[in-house]
Amino acid sequence: MNTLEYDGSFEGFLTAIFDCYAQKQSDARIRKATAVSATLFGVHIPVQTDTSKSNRVWEALKTKTSQEAARHFYCNFLSELPDFEDHLLEYARYIFASDKDASRDFSHPAVLRTAQVARMVGREKHRMEAFVRFRLSGEVFHATIQPDFNVLPLIGPHFKSRYADQRWFIWDQARQYGLLYDLQDLQIVHETPENTALDTTRPSDYARLWKTYFQSTNISERRNMKLHVQHVPYRYWKYLCEKQPD
Amino acid sequence: MNYERITQKLSILADAAKYDVSCSSSGSKRSNPEKKLGDSSGMGICHSYTEDGRCVSLLKILLTNYCIFDCAYCVSRRSNDIQRAAFTVEEVVDLTINFYRRNYIEGLFLSSGIFKNADYTMERLVRIAKTLRLEHGFNGYIHLKTIPGASEELLREAGLYADRLSVNIEIPTDDGLKKLAPEKKRDEMTTPMRQISAGITVSKEERKVLKSTPAFAPAGLSSQMVIGATGESDLDIMQTADQLYRQYQLKRVYYSGYVPISNDQRLPGLGSPVPMLREHRLYQTDWLMRFYGFQMQEILHPDYRNLDLALDPKTGWALQNLHLFPVDVNRADREMLLRVPGIGHKSVDKIVAARRFRALTFDHLQKMGVSMSRARYFLLCQDKNETLRKSTGDSHQLRKMLIRQAHSKYQSALVQQGSLFDQVEETTALYTAATPDLHHLFSDSL
Repeated sequence: MNTLEYDGSFEGFLTAIFDCYAQKQSDARIRKATAVSATLFGVHIPVQTDTSKSNRVWEALKTKTSQEAARHFYCNFLSELPDFEDHLLEYARYIFASDKDASRDFSHPAVLRTAQVARMVGREKHRMEAFVRFRLSGEVFHATIQPDFNVLPLIGPHFKSRYADQRWFIWDQARQYGLLYDLQDLQIVHETPENTALDTTRPSDYARLWKTYFQSTNISERRNMKLHVQHVPYRYWKYLCEKQPD
Repeated sequence: MNYERITQKLSILADAAKYDVSCSSSGSKRSNPEKKLGDSSGMGICHSYTEDGRCVSLLKILLTNYCIFDCAYCVSRRSNDIQRAAFTVEEVVDLTINFYRRNYIEGLFLSSGIFKNADYTMERLVRIAKTLRLEHGFNGYIHLKTIPGASEELLREAGLYADRLSVNIEIPTDDGLKKLAPEKKRDEMTTPMRQISAGITVSKEERKVLKSTPAFAPAGLSSQMVIGATGESDLDIMQTADQLYRQYQLKRVYYSGYVPISNDQRLPGLGSPVPMLREHRLYQTDWLMRFYGFQMQEILHPDYRNLDLALDPKTGWALQNLHLFPVDVNRADREMLLRVPGIGHKSVDKIVAARRFRALTFDHLQKMGVSMSRARYFLLCQDKNETLRKSTGDSHQLRKMLIRQAHSKYQSALVQQGSLFDQVEETTALYTAATPDLHHLFSDSL
């Protein structure tokens, strides 16, 4: 089996799908160049990212299906789940081979899988919109997250419109990049800006008040830790100020 | 800011507000075109969850817990010997803005004990909402509780600044209300409901003609009642709820299982369990009425006054109507599919979309997320349905089988609430995991 190696970008991935068709690769897999191990059998073909090719694939997907389905496709890419490239390639092949819009044929394994993964990613996006906790440092509201999936590109617009009049910065600790809003535009940055160097030793007054509120609004007669943890899984506690020990 | 004083007030006034269950932050669209603070996309976000598993979406506090009333079920009643406190308008505004900017909350839910008189109290609640909107350009969510007896003038103003208004009906039956809150009158609750409901209708009509007309309580009107405090039946509760939905177009009715807070002879004593499972079944019934096309009378009627705690109400209804089943998954219309136990809206969407491509089998449904442990008894697929054929005609047998399969999470609650346990003695046998239908009941804003 041949392996098409792309640069890890979404455009690169779409270009790889284009090349699969152009080179009549009926039985190929697509992998990030950085993730390819030399032990994979078959020929390794590098993919040169080309936006004219990626645009054609992207437009074709949207024409064949819907805005919603295209968004689901993108969410699957952001999931970074193992072998997501295989599922999306299979999905694309099924979509392009069907006469009518097949993006809602949930009896097809690739379509169902794409819908389910898109839902998982959507849930993580929603969680991050909920669990971001800003801390004011200088003039910038600063937050650190560590989402299961690469949802930073999805949550930017939400925070931009909500906190339009404050400078903020969200850092993805797992992927080592962040989103910076400077009252005008959103910017992707790969280093923490200097003026947001954080004093994390002591929670701020408002963080402590928030924790006071969080504890007082609980009804102990109804305690249900199973439900609590189901909604707020342990892995997110690290960045929630109300869940920090005193 | 005097940190110590605010901390003390916050702990007292959040604690006193926690029995108001609504934490919804959905249903209102406020955009932020002038690049000020906040927006509401209409979706609602739960920013955290307390250890009791309830969603925390809003800063939910009382302005004060001083109160001139003496309602037996209320922790802030004047005869109760507790610490009292009161926020100033500025303090509430400051907390709301600063919590919001840090992404702790979607907005404010403000209620209050009644001090001096209704209008005096209501005027302060309105002033807080007004300050947030006009002085701080705040577009987050605001839920104001209306004070019984407040003037129509103030209600109208409240509706201009708040997204949601609520009027608590408190106790489901008139007799119960007389007994527990003799100073409160039913018409002091229904009058503001009528006025607010009319205001919402008028504003919606006007906005169709002129979009710039200010919205009036765009996230609607809601109410809440305490359940299990006066020995009322489920039929009493749902009749009252049904009437509120019909008469005043309520967006939501909330059911709050009574948490024992006093040794008053009129109430369940301290230490009696909170009827959480009953509350859950009532919410399920409420969902069936609002989203699943059920009439209240189909689920509860004078010959069937209380819900089956051991089974969800949709399954309970299906067992009483076995002649309508099995339903053919490949032919039935949406309305009927929605009535099948174990199938929710998401599954129906998938089924209806997918069956245009091929005839669906049990396996397809399972993978799509249908709860087959229940649904299988009520469905006909491409591959047939043997299980149902064996049990058709004997709803008693089928009920036993379904209870046996039900999730063990209800076991302890059933024992505690002491009802129907004799009928579910088999529950200790073999459980298979079945996600309860309509979960996320308490997080409607998610």
